[in-house]
Amino acid sequence: MADWLTRFPEELHLNIQAPIDNGINYMVENWGGFFDGLSNGLRAILRAVQDIIDFVPWWALVIIVFAATLLTTKKWPRAVLYSILLVSIGLIGLWDELYDTLALVITSVFISLAIGFPLGVLISFSDRANKIVRPILDTMQTMPSFVYLIPAVMLLGLGNVPAVIATTIYAMPPMVRMTSHGLRQVDTEVQEASLAFGATRLQMLGKVLVPQAVPTIMTGVNQTIIMAISMVVTCSMIGATGLGSEVIAGMNRLDSGRGFAAGIAIVILAIIMDRITQNMVKEAKSSDA
Amino acid sequence: MTLNNTDKTAPQEEDIILKVEHLSKVFGRRKEAANEMLEKGADKAAILKSTGVTIAVDDVSFDVERGKVFSLIGASGSGKSTVVRCLNMLWRPTAGKILFENEDIGQYSAQQLREFRRSKVSMVFQSFGLLSHRSVLDNVAFGLEVRGVKKQERLDKAMEMVDMVGLNGWENKDITDLSGGMRQRVGIARALANDPDILLMDEPFSALDPLVRQSMQFELISIQQKLNKTIVFITHDINEAFKLGDRVAIMREGRIVQIDTPEDMTVNPADDYVRQFIQSADKAQIYYAKNFMQTPTCLVHIKHGARAALQQMRDNGMSSAYVIGDGMRFIGVIPLDNAFRVRAGEMTFDEAIVRDTPTTTQDTLINDLLPIASQAKYPLAVLDEDNRLKGILSKAAVLTALL
Ligand SMILES: Nc1ncnc2c1ncn2[C@@H]1O[C@H](COP(=O)(O)OP(=O)(O)O)[C@@H](O)[C@H]1O
Ligand SMILES: [Mg+2]
Repeated sequence: MADWLTRFPEELHLNIQAPIDNGINYMVENWGGFFDGLSNGLRAILRAVQDIIDFVPWWALVIIVFAATLLTTKKWPRAVLYSILLVSIGLIGLWDELYDTLALVITSVFISLAIGFPLGVLISFSDRANKIVRPILDTMQTMPSFVYLIPAVMLLGLGNVPAVIATTIYAMPPMVRMTSHGLRQVDTEVQEASLAFGATRLQMLGKVLVPQAVPTIMTGVNQTIIMAISMVVTCSMIGATGLGSEVIAGMNRLDSGRGFAAGIAIVILAIIMDRITQNMVKEAKSSDA
Repeated sequence: MTLNNTDKTAPQEEDIILKVEHLSKVFGRRKEAANEMLEKGADKAAILKSTGVTIAVDDVSFDVERGKVFSLIGASGSGKSTVVRCLNMLWRPTAGKILFENEDIGQYSAQQLREFRRSKVSMVFQSFGLLSHRSVLDNVAFGLEVRGVKKQERLDKAMEMVDMVGLNGWENKDITDLSGGMRQRVGIARALANDPDILLMDEPFSALDPLVRQSMQFELISIQQKLNKTIVFITHDINEAFKLGDRVAIMREGRIVQIDTPEDMTVNPADDYVRQFIQSADKAQIYYAKNFMQTPTCLVHIKHGARAALQQMRDNGMSSAYVIGDGMRFIGVIPLDNAFRVRAGEMTFDEAIVRDTPTTTQDTLINDLLPIASQAKYPLAVLDEDNRLKGILSKAAVLTALL
């Protein structure tokens, strides 16, 4: 039996590594100015978010979570529970790390929404844009995130800034998808009605499509937040500070206690943010159904 | 293929507000291939199968008269919705023209088209097309809002419309709090708020249950009489088409088979398809005498005589009275002139009573009463098995029941 039938013929080697390396290197050497600018911009946003969060004393954050839970779920035992959970993050000594992580997550989510929403609107209107953007979204979401940590570090250095980029890339797709899905699924007759009364595209978007799509869009926001939180540990591998770096430190020193403590804090953060936003979705749906 | 879409009742040129000329609408990519097959006389199904193209509307022409109701009727999939969506260019025609007051609206710029939709034409939808995130009032005000009318002014106008469709008190409710019939009232109010010249209604009452549908039809007629709007009314229900339409067009597989007044269409159906459609109407709706009879008034007991009969006729403004015996047993009818003759001594009361006047029972089909009622000089007496007078049925009642 011929050799090439049993074994993949190595002579047929297609080298894609070198061109990618070359491409990245080219960007590092020649687009340095652009990436410096991007880096500075992101750092400024991150800084601003951090400042705002740092301005909030611990007890105020507890009150905010209590109020937000009560407002969205209308159940005060839940609000008490989530407040206690939040306080317990401080009790296990991770309050400052929590604030670092919050700054990273909030910044990434903010950027994801700011880019994701208009992109979702665009691909809901244009079939061509849809065809181009969809495969990119799929790639962004399925590509193991470690892979793009490497160029992120090369282009932006270590620290929280590349972490914001990596998190945004990973967390934005659901926002785009859900926005577009929500806008497209608005009842045909409702859309026809707004056109039949002479609405412009913009009027239709603002007065009809977006309000009708709010529940679906809120689902996108919720998913984006959860995905951003799930990137926290990965991001710490490129130097993001906060709860994630505690997990990494625990791993490096084979310190289970330290790792678990940070892990539990991340879970608590995820639960609180998920439940609050999920109930906002429900609220939007029930006022609509 | 022979086509009978000649319009014998075509209105005068100056009364025409909307003119549809050779309208066609085709869905799919391979339009040329489809056109070729069409010219060779292939039918819709064959064209769809070999080219993937749907011929939704094929060479449709009709005129709509100002202030009149034009009904467009046909089975599901015959192209009605497509036609009506071409009338305001929600869908672009593949071929043909739509002329509104002699202007080709297909040539309008985007801006002109918006103006046209904002002020000249509005639309009512089968599943209402309302904004579930807004209150009743804000839904009704939508068209005015889009047009840029100031808030207070548009809310005032919207409130006026809410009043007109009888939803007073519901203006701040959510759409989801409303029944189907009430939702369509909102749809109609929204359409009227812009004060359009033409109202396009695509099966507006098809989603409603029969009783609600009847009252909505009635209401639409009274609104139309008050406001004198031109209405293009789409339905798949021939009863509805005949009841509302001044003229009716029947569509089949994208073409118009006949355009006529309801009366002429009933008498002279263009082909078997139309005939079947009209027959289906009678079968679809089963009404009995008891559904349309009125409580008898103008009664006179046989013991009381002509003077009492005259008194009754005067009080009720009628030209005949029903003569009854004990226990409301029906005896006959006494006409006004006979009663006068009795008073003048020319005949006896007994002689004056017409006893062979046609009567009917409560459970007789209205359809079977048409020939009797149209011949009868007086409203039919409806009797039970013991000959007791239960109600009277006027010729007008029989005719409206049938439409
Ligand atoms: N957007 C569309 N794309 C393809 N075919 C369509 C579309 N809309 C309607 N059709 C087809 O056009 C024909 C006429 O449809 P329609 O006008 O909705 O009929 P009706 O309102 O009388 O039920 C049907 O065969 C329907 O399947
Ligand atoms: Mg239809």
